[in-house]
Amino acid sequence: MTRSGNPGNSQPRWLFPFVVTVVFFLSVLPLGRLAATGLASAFEGGAAKLLSDPALWRSVYDTLVTSFLGMIAAVILGGGFALLLTLFDIRAKALLGFLFMLPMMIPPQVTALSWIGMTGPSSALLKALGLAPPLGSPQPLYSIGGIALLFGVQHAPLVYLSLRAGLLALPRDAVEAARLSGASSRRVLIDIILPLSLPGLVAGAAIAFVSGVGNFGIPAILGIPASIYTLPVLIYSKFASFGPGTFGDVSLISALIAIISIIGLSVESRVLKGRDYRVIGLSGQVAVFRLGGWRVFAEALLWLVILLILVMPLTALVASSLAPAYGVPLSAKTVTIHAYEEILFRQSVTRTAFSNSIFLSVSTAFGLLAVTVLTGYFLVRTKSRLAGLITALAEIPYALPGIVLAVAFILLFAAPIPILRISIYGTIWIILIAYFSSFFAVSLKPVVSAFRQLDPSLEEAARLSGAGFGRRLADILVPLVAPAAGASVILVFLIACNELTISALLWSAGTQTLGVAIYNLDDSGSFNLASALSVLVVVMVVAMMIALELMAKRLPKGVVPWRS
Amino acid sequence: MAKLILNRVSKAFGSGKPAVNDLSLTVREGGFLALLGPSGCGKTTVLRMIAGFEQPTDGSILLGERVLADAGEMIPPESRNMAMVFQSYALWPHMSVADNVGYPLKVRGISGERRQKKIGEALAAVRLENFADRRPADLSGGQRQRVALARCLVTEPDVVLLDEPLANLDRHLRQEMEETFREFHARSGATMIYVTHDQGEAMALATDVAVMSEGRLLQVASPEEIYARPEGRLVGALVGQGAILSLPSLAGDNRRLDWSGLQLLFDPAETNTAHADILVRPQDIAVAGGGIEARVVSVLFEGERYALRLVLPDGQMLRAFSRDPVKAGDVLPIVIRSAWRL
Repeated sequence: MTRSGNPGNSQPRWLFPFVVTVVFFLSVLPLGRLAATGLASAFEGGAAKLLSDPALWRSVYDTLVTSFLGMIAAVILGGGFALLLTLFDIRAKALLGFLFMLPMMIPPQVTALSWIGMTGPSSALLKALGLAPPLGSPQPLYSIGGIALLFGVQHAPLVYLSLRAGLLALPRDAVEAARLSGASSRRVLIDIILPLSLPGLVAGAAIAFVSGVGNFGIPAILGIPASIYTLPVLIYSKFASFGPGTFGDVSLISALIAIISIIGLSVESRVLKGRDYRVIGLSGQVAVFRLGGWRVFAEALLWLVILLILVMPLTALVASSLAPAYGVPLSAKTVTIHAYEEILFRQSVTRTAFSNSIFLSVSTAFGLLAVTVLTGYFLVRTKSRLAGLITALAEIPYALPGIVLAVAFILLFAAPIPILRISIYGTIWIILIAYFSSFFAVSLKPVVSAFRQLDPSLEEAARLSGAGFGRRLADILVPLVAPAAGASVILVFLIACNELTISALLWSAGTQTLGVAIYNLDDSGSFNLASALSVLVVVMVVAMMIALELMAKRLPKGVVPWRS
Repeated sequence: MAKLILNRVSKAFGSGKPAVNDLSLTVREGGFLALLGPSGCGKTTVLRMIAGFEQPTDGSILLGERVLADAGEMIPPESRNMAMVFQSYALWPHMSVADNVGYPLKVRGISGERRQKKIGEALAAVRLENFADRRPADLSGGQRQRVALARCLVTEPDVVLLDEPLANLDRHLRQEMEETFREFHARSGATMIYVTHDQGEAMALATDVAVMSEGRLLQVASPEEIYARPEGRLVGALVGQGAILSLPSLAGDNRRLDWSGLQLLFDPAETNTAHADILVRPQDIAVAGGGIEARVVSVLFEGERYALRLVLPDGQMLRAFSRDPVKAGDVLPIVIRSAWRL
C-alpha cells in the first residue's frame, strides 16, 4: 500500500519537480544567461560602442523596413486567400488551402534559392524559355523589396491561418440574424463579418512581422550580396568575424531582436485576449456567400497566385537543379542529374548533413515527445496556479527568433559545463539541446490538446482497476493520445529537418545540418547542388505534410497547423 | 468486506461554501445505498471521496477497521479494491470489450485461462458473451453500460460505486438496467453506493436511501420508511409526490394525522398562530361528503386515473387522483385520510 501526501491527485510526486526542471533547463537557464550577458555588457560600456555604430542602426532600419513591407505583402496575400476561401463558394478549397500553406513549411533559404532561380539573368528556367534578361543585369531580388516580397510569401500562411480561425469562429447566427434584418450579402460582409474578423487579421499581421524580424534564411541569401544586413544576419556576420567583444555585442543585438519580437507578440496576445477558438461549437459552419459570375474570376486569381508564389519558383528550383552549371541554359541536351548524384553519392558534406539532420530531427521529435507527454499531462491535470507560468515559459523559446535562442545557447555552453567539465560547444549535442528548447512548444501543443479532450473518468476507471501511474500511462493515456503524439513527432521532425537559423550559428565542421549545407553550397557558388538538395528537402516536406493531412481526421482540432 | 463508515466528513474546494459539510453515514456490508439529492448537492463529491479521487478536508472514511482517508493521509484509489460505473461509462475506446472487462485482472497480474474464464463469467452475467471482441464504439448505450458493470464484477470489489449510471439512457433501457443492477447486487453481495437525482430510481433499487441537500445529509432510511416518514420539508418535497400544507400546529407529538385530527385545523375558528408543515400524498385525498371544498385548477389524464391540482379556500395547493373525470373549475368536497407532519 502506498501512501503519500495527496494521492487523490492522479499525478505522481516526482512529476511537478520533473516539469519544473525541464522548463528551467530548456527555457529559463538559456534566456537568463542571455539576459545576464547582455546586461553585463551594457554596464561594461560595450553597449555604448555598439549603439554608436551606424551599421547597427542601418541594420535595425533594414530589419524594420523589410519586416514591415513583408507584413503588408503577407496581409494582402494571406488575408485575400483567407477571405475568399473561407467566405465564398470557391471550388477545390482544400487543395488551394494546402498549396497556399506550403511556403510556410518550406525552409526560407530554399524559398530564396527558388526565387533566385526564377528571376535574374542566370535563371535556368528563364533561359530555357528564352526570357532571361541579358547577362550583367542585376538580380532584382537582391534588394529590400526582394527580401520583403519573400517575407510576404513565406509568412502569408500565418496571416491566412489567423484570419481564417477568426472567420470560422464567427457565429453563424450573427450572419443569419443580419440577413433576416434585411441586409444584403454585401452589407453583411461589410457590417458584420469584416469588423468581427479584424482581430484575427491584426494578430496574423503581428505574427508575420515578428517572423520577418527573426527570419535568417531569406535575408542571408538575398541581403548579403546587396550589403543589406538585417539583425539576424548581422549576428551571423559578427560570429564570422569573431573578436573579443563578440559575445557582448551579439547578446545586445539579440536583446534588440527579442524586444522587437516581444512588442509584436504582445500586440498579438492583446488583440486575441479572451478569444478562445476551441470553445466555439459552430466553428467550421461559417455562412458561405455565393460569388455568382465572379466565381470564375476569383478562382483564376487564386490559382494565378499559387502559380506565381509556388509553382513557378519550385519549377525554377527543379530547373536549376537539372542544369549542368549555374547560368548554363537548360534544354533537352543539357539536362543532367549530375547534381543529384553529386549530393547523394559523392559529396561527403551533404551526406553528413543528411545524417546529422535526420539524427537531430528524430532525436528531437521522440526525445521531446517523452518530455511533453509528461509535461502535457501535468499541465492539464494540475490545479496548481503555476501551470500558466510553466506554459508561458515553455512557449517563449519557440516564440523568440531562432537566432536569439542560438546566441543564448552559445553563451551558455561556450565554456565547459561546470562540475561535469565537458564542453559541448561545437558538437552536435549543443544543436540538439537548442532544438529541444526551441521546439518544446511545437511538440507540447498537440499533446496538451489531446489530453484536454480526454475524459478524466477514463483514467479514473483505470485507477480503480488498480493501475498505478506508470501502468496507466502505458495502457491508457499514451494509446489514447497516440494520434496527437504522432502528429507532434511528424511536426517536430518536419520543422527540425528544415531548420537553418539555430544550426547556422551552432554548427561546426562535421555537424552541419541540411539547412546549413544548402546555405553553404549556395554561398560557395554551387547553385545547382544547392538547388538539388533543396528539391529533395521540398519533396520530404510535402511528403510529411501529406502524411499529417491524412492523419488530420483523427487528431484534435488545431493540431495540424495549416488546418483550422 | 466490511461496513463503510463516513465519519463527520467535510470537503471544501477553495474558500467558498463546503461541497460536503460534516456528513456521517454508515453503509452496512452488502447494503445498497442510494445517495439522492438535487444536482449540486455534493452527492458526487461524496462518491469521489469514497473512491479516493478527492481527499476530505475534515473527518475520515473507514472500511471496517481500515482508514481509507482522513484530512492528513489517504489510500490512493488504485489500492482500495473498489469499482465504479461512471456516468460516461469510461470504457477505453482502444481496447476490445473483453480487454476492457479484463483490465483490472491484468493489472493484478492474473493471466491466461483464469483471466479468460473470469472475463467470460462477467460478460455472461450481463448477457454480453457474444460481444467480447467488439470495440466499445460499436455498442449501444445500454450495452456500454453493461460492459462497465461487467468490469466492476470481474474483481469482486469491496465496494461498487455508481455515478448516475442511468442518466444517459432512454426510459426503456433504464428499466432494463435497473433490473440488471438489482440482479448484480443480489449475485455479488457487494456493498453498492448509487448516486442519483431521480427518486424513482433510488426507491426502486436501494435497500437504503440517503437524502442530501447543500452538502448535508438530511435523512437515511429504507425506501419505505423515507416515503412514509420523511424528516423535514426538503426530504418531504424530494421523495414521492405530495403537497406540503402549512397548517396551524396541533398539540401533542403525534405525527401521523388522520381526518378527525386534520379537520380541526381547517376550522376558521382555529386561532393557533404557530404553523407546521404537513405532507399530504395525493392517494390519501378522497372526494367525499363532509370534507372541505377544493376547486380543481387543472386535470391531467394519466390513463389509469386523472391527476388533479386542487386549490383550497385559503389558496394552498394540493395534488389528488380521481378515477372519474372532472373539469377544471369544478368544486369538490375532499377528505384527507392521512397526512404526515414533517
